Amino acid sequence: MKILVERRENPSKITTLLSSVLSIGLALFVVAIIFLFYRVSPFEAFRRIMLSAFGSWYGFSETVVKAIPLMICASGLTLAFRARLWNIGAEGQLLIGAISASWVALTFPDSPSFLLLPLMFGFSFLFGSIWGLIPGLLRAKFGTQIAITSLMLNYIATKILEYLVYGPWKGPSEWGFPQTSKFSISAQLPRFASTRIHYPTLFFGVIFSLFLHIIVSRSVFGFEVRATGENPQAARYAGISFFKIALATMLISGGIAGVAGFGEVAGIQLRLRMGISPGYGYTAIIVAWLSRLNSILVIPVSLLFGGLLVGGDAIQLMGLPFAAFDLFNGLILLFVVGGDFLLQYSMKVEY
Amino acid sequence: MNIVEMKGITKRFPNVLANDHIDFCVNSGEIHALLGENGAGKTTLMNILFGLYQPDEGQILLDKKRVTLRSPRDAIKLGIGMVHQHFKLVETNTVAENIVLCLQIGGVTNPMNFFRLLQNPLHDVEQRVKDLSNEYRLKVDPRAKIWQLSLGEQQRVEIIKTMFQGVNILILDEPTSVLAPKEVDDLFNTLHRMADEGHAIVFISHKLDEVLRISDRITVLRNGRVMASLITSKTDKNELARLMVGRDVLFRLEKKQTIRSEPVLEVKNLEAFSDKGGLALKNITFKVFSREILGIAGVSGNGQKELTEVLTGLRKSEKGEVNILGVNVTNSSPIKILNQGVAHIPEERIKVGTVPNMSVSENLFLRRYNQHPFSNGFCLKKDIIRQHSEKLIREYNIATPSTQTPIKLLSGGNIQKLIIARETSWNPKLIIASHPTYGLDVGATEQIRRLLLKQRETGVAILLISEDLTEILSLSDRIIVMFNGEFVGETIAETANIEKIGLMMAGVRDA
Repeated sequence: MKILVERRENPSKITTLLSSVLSIGLALFVVAIIFLFYRVSPFEAFRRIMLSAFGSWYGFSETVVKAIPLMICASGLTLAFRARLWNIGAEGQLLIGAISASWVALTFPDSPSFLLLPLMFGFSFLFGSIWGLIPGLLRAKFGTQIAITSLMLNYIATKILEYLVYGPWKGPSEWGFPQTSKFSISAQLPRFASTRIHYPTLFFGVIFSLFLHIIVSRSVFGFEVRATGENPQAARYAGISFFKIALATMLISGGIAGVAGFGEVAGIQLRLRMGISPGYGYTAIIVAWLSRLNSILVIPVSLLFGGLLVGGDAIQLMGLPFAAFDLFNGLILLFVVGGDFLLQYSMKVEY
Repeated sequence: MNIVEMKGITKRFPNVLANDHIDFCVNSGEIHALLGENGAGKTTLMNILFGLYQPDEGQILLDKKRVTLRSPRDAIKLGIGMVHQHFKLVETNTVAENIVLCLQIGGVTNPMNFFRLLQNPLHDVEQRVKDLSNEYRLKVDPRAKIWQLSLGEQQRVEIIKTMFQGVNILILDEPTSVLAPKEVDDLFNTLHRMADEGHAIVFISHKLDEVLRISDRITVLRNGRVMASLITSKTDKNELARLMVGRDVLFRLEKKQTIRSEPVLEVKNLEAFSDKGGLALKNITFKVFSREILGIAGVSGNGQKELTEVLTGLRKSEKGEVNILGVNVTNSSPIKILNQGVAHIPEERIKVGTVPNMSVSENLFLRRYNQHPFSNGFCLKKDIIRQHSEKLIREYNIATPSTQTPIKLLSGGNIQKLIIARETSWNPKLIIASHPTYGLDVGATEQIRRLLLKQRETGVAILLISEDLTEILSLSDRIIVMFNGEFVGETIAETANIEKIGLMMAGVRDA
């Protein structure tokens, strides 16, 4: 028996969509088997996930809350991924953004909102982009792999956060919890009605994904990014500076992830503390991939994953570990990447 | 005593007839050279003998019995081995480990061999490598890691590998291209020794001198056909050069008289390193004038690639100066040189010249994306780009389903036409064309040559780099021959002597 693998020339849009849907389906199937091992009916579990995430106004509002950081981080990542720069560091960039926004909030608590919030926004973008720029610079100058350096910077960011909330920034009246004091009212983002939806950040998320789509498909810069990603040698021949593209895309995607951190501290936690992100930066990688690096598709896909996060909380009540969510994430990515292979190659079995 | 006989071998690739009814045979104890220019079909023919390709027509006889070779594994089983131009070794493993690796493929068929390997493979192999090293003067340390070895040593490992596989017909593809002169001597000693013991050796090369030195018999290929099969002692360089390069001009192109005017490109004492670290350009000085085509002849790998890269800003030079229209652009960025009016038709048209997944339209403005009227500095102007693409597709006769088709779906000839459309449609001052018609069919070749001549008449300076002497002779006004990183001779095209150029291409300076 022989397996022949042949290159497929041009997969159609429908095959591409089918492959995405199929990869989610297969991931669900494998998760269902694992649920069975826990003696939990997978149908019941999926029903509860859907109900808790999309079945009520409250549930849906929580889904949106979780979708906001995913949407922001993932839209930034699509840009870096277009240039084939594997930024795995959105998590760290988000944390650094949260830390710098918090510094502003804690340093100028009495400034009015209209000054304070934009300043927090600006700082989170600025420092998030610096955190993204470091791996970009190392790649452009020394050829180190961004996937590795950006991942390592995540741990450094986590440790900085840990140091700050256990140490110098620990709130004096927080009963020893590792967190800062609550932000002043003027450093808090407004929320929609009685929900936790901090709508200014949601607005930015939608703007980022629309804006980046236009940038990538219409602008000169977007053309440079795509050409660099598709064929770096031809890009160089076309006069595109890899140095510039590596720095610019990492700067933008890092800065955008930083803004997600600002949203989390100023919109949800209202203080800096450990565990402000349950791995949003990592889940965003999957969101970006499943959106096929199209930043508009990031909006619906991040809602889906926000729902899964909310549903993940619900199935804990059924005796399943929260890790089931991470498992599901991992499986989707695995199947999407595997599906990409099938998109590009056709396989035949010969006897 | 023919141990291998290939009869009427024909192999077609899309747009190319690589082998056209080739007859070829090798005797045991013989070193048989397969001589020809790049693209003549030498490697294709030997890849067929090694089982990498299946012939479309023809048959292979081994010891007078017909054989079918479906894969290199079949070939090795029958005692046919090949040392490729690019070695197939695992860099991080040792010499002995690499040999064990190849034995487990070739050796599984022999249970004794396999079980012995299971016991203590490395020790036995290391001992035998040492024995073979002494016997054939193939000096190599079995415990050294491949990446620590020079290319010459790696080649020896490949040869030892074939000995382990019990090969008695050995094919070497351009074996000297990576070797230093001393290493060439060592290799030749080894090959003679192997031939004396009854091995049959096929030696693929385009270098006349070494073919005359090493071989017993020579088969010359050109354009996929056998030109002649000769006894080495009964031929000479001039005959071989003529057979290899050919006299006949494919097309009669009408070349108008032009009077060259001011110099456009001036290069002084240029030196640059190759990727491997050796000096690829040695003290190169020349000028190209407006309304002139300067042809650089030479077998590839003699510094042409590095020269074009330095001239277009893709490689840094170590020494020397490049001026374009009086502006010093030595080691400037590619974009600055481009903006100085330099069009570049690159040698590797798909790897460097295009972005395969992007559309025809995007590839048509790839090098001008940031210029008026295609963008306003920030946004691309889709309408203008579309109109521009449609116009170029019409004018340059590019066959494509639409402007939005990914360029990778186009044929090689159309991809090259697209590149030439892009590079010549904006009134450049200088065109650097590397192998512009390599591998293309007759129609596309002629169209591209005419386009270049037309550019010359409108006042453009053209630097033409090609291995195809017919092309160089029919297009150029002046010809420079490049060998081993140096210019070995210059001549006026009209009075050029093709044999003399052929000899200079082979490194004979005072031919």
